[in-house]
Amino acid sequence: MAILVYADHNNAELSTATLNAVTAANEMGGDVTVLVAGDGCDAVAAAAAKVAGVSKVLVAQDAALKDHLAENVAPLIAGMASGYSHIVAPATTNGKNIMPRAAALLDIQQVSDITEVVSPDTFVRPIYAGNAMATVQSTDAIKMVTVRSTSFDPAAEEGGSAAVEAVGGAADAGLSSFEGAALSDNERPELTTARVVISGGRGMQSGDNFAMLEEVADLLGAAVGASRAAVDAGYVPNDYQVGQTGKVVAPELYIAVGISGAIQHLAGMKDSKVIACINKDEEAPIFQVADLGLVADLFEAVPALKAELEKQGIQAR
Amino acid sequence: MKVLVPVKRVIDYNVKVRVKADQSGVDLANVKMSMNPFDEIAVEQAVRMKEAGTVTEVVAVTLGAEQSQETLRTALAMGADRAIHVVHDGELEPLAVAKMLAKLVEEESPDMVILGKQAIDDDANQTGQILSGLLGWSQGTFVSKVEASDGGVKVTREVDAGLETVALKMPAILTVDLRLNEPRYASLPNIMKARKKEIAKKTPEELGVDTAPRLTIVKVEEPPKRQGGAKVGSVEELVSKLHNDVGVI
Ligand SMILES: Cc1cc2nc3c(=O)[nH]c(=O)nc-3n(C[C@H](O)[C@H](O)[C@H](O)COP(=O)(O)OP(=O)(O)OC[C@H]3O[C@@H](n4cnc5c(N)ncnc54)[C@H](O)[C@@H]3O)c2cc1C
Repeated sequence: MAILVYADHNNAELSTATLNAVTAANEMGGDVTVLVAGDGCDAVAAAAAKVAGVSKVLVAQDAALKDHLAENVAPLIAGMASGYSHIVAPATTNGKNIMPRAAALLDIQQVSDITEVVSPDTFVRPIYAGNAMATVQSTDAIKMVTVRSTSFDPAAEEGGSAAVEAVGGAADAGLSSFEGAALSDNERPELTTARVVISGGRGMQSGDNFAMLEEVADLLGAAVGASRAAVDAGYVPNDYQVGQTGKVVAPELYIAVGISGAIQHLAGMKDSKVIACINKDEEAPIFQVADLGLVADLFEAVPALKAELEKQGIQAR
Repeated sequence: MKVLVPVKRVIDYNVKVRVKADQSGVDLANVKMSMNPFDEIAVEQAVRMKEAGTVTEVVAVTLGAEQSQETLRTALAMGADRAIHVVHDGELEPLAVAKMLAKLVEEESPDMVILGKQAIDDDANQTGQILSGLLGWSQGTFVSKVEASDGGVKVTREVDAGLETVALKMPAILTVDLRLNEPRYASLPNIMKARKKEIAKKTPEELGVDTAPRLTIVKVEEPPKRQGGAKVGSVEELVSKLHNDVGVI
């Protein structure tokens, strides 16, 4: 058996989510081949070749593949599918966009966002915003799966020495064109991989007030996240959103500030190791999942938290 | 321009989901059902395009049991012109749904299909992408902004790293995200008017689509419960516990 893993990357760096997908693929059993589709992405292919548990790297380079347009990438994946028992991708926005289109071309019912590999054809995945966990068995000849990053440890970045092979077959479908991106330039750790996350909700009252959270984040080496309400209100950009329809995070420590704890928010953070919260309403549902809940006005508690961390000399790890 | 908008009847987003004791699924008996919130956003987008004069007809489609008609009535009350109901009892997987939608696209020849990016029951996030693949159309997923651009459509997509702009050729599939718009509530007169609008009925057999599931549900379980609820009395205690007791900072 051989397993194809679609690598998510930005043509310069391999995403961490791909490392999690490699781990999931190895649990399915079989030699793991990583497909790096992009343009000017030799560095990504070289990085993928070093990942432990990867036996082969295929690189497809073409201007049409540079921006991960599903219309161009899906046929490439479908075209090379026949030699594989599984096709796996991280459940990032690229994976979610591309994989079902490739599955359509192959007449396969994809299994989305798995959190566990039970056996080569059976997987666990959350449904209903994680309020139920479904174990599903795929009857398709090739299993197509996207992987929830937080549920699998990342494969080691060093230790592998896979051969890198160039592949052709890329073409521009001529259906769509990439116009540009507005990426949040953020010096902080990435939300989905940070060891500590501090998130703000509607209770923050403004984007400016997020500066308070950023100061604490800087002390702890944390990423800053948000609830949907805070994003909708325009306090912070969309890529801060944690939840059922935003990002799923599972840090060592999640601090929810001025967030009520709606099920859609909990769906994105309830697997965090330790959850702390600051909320002035002791009835807020967030307290039911918090290991350490503080009933307080955030406008007093957050500056006090910063002062206490400084006083105790606590620094980012 | 004609737009097709598929809508799904799902458990209301406010309902606390309960897993059945026999692990066969979740309990849907006597719980409030509503239109999938993302589909409301899709209907709103189509209706706004009609109000702006760029769209001439909005056709709502649902695939599901008899009661799914209520969801179509909601779409009609929001402003869809007419509706198609593919009547089917039991689970339908995204691939089967997309195949039936592809058949309806052949029959109806819309210029655009607007869908929600995911349904809040199965959380699969697939149907729009599969449909685009089956039809060979362009796809703009997770869309938070839609603009007309010469002969096509320009969409802003919400992606992991921020926002992305992509130009799509027509015909196109859009899957919409939360921040595209705020769906309207249907007014009472519009709800009354919607009762008179046409709903055509079809079956999967008539469309010639095999709906047999490809995935076998082995079991559905409750997620592990978190033992939360502990409180601290002060910021000092919070920091001390985090630092000394649990050691995460
Ligand atoms: C289809 C769908 C998908 C969704 N997806 C997501 C998602 O991915 N992520 C997500 O987060 N939400 C999502 N939601 C929205 C979700 O249902 C909630 O509306 C949202 O999470 C609420 O955000 P919030 O907790 O910041 O706001 P609120 O619920 O308004 O809570 C604000 C909290 O702040 C507290 N507060 C206010 N002032 C202070 C103060 N001075 N000091 C301390 N505490 C204070 C209040 O007590 C309250 O508990 C989704 C909803 C739908 C319908």
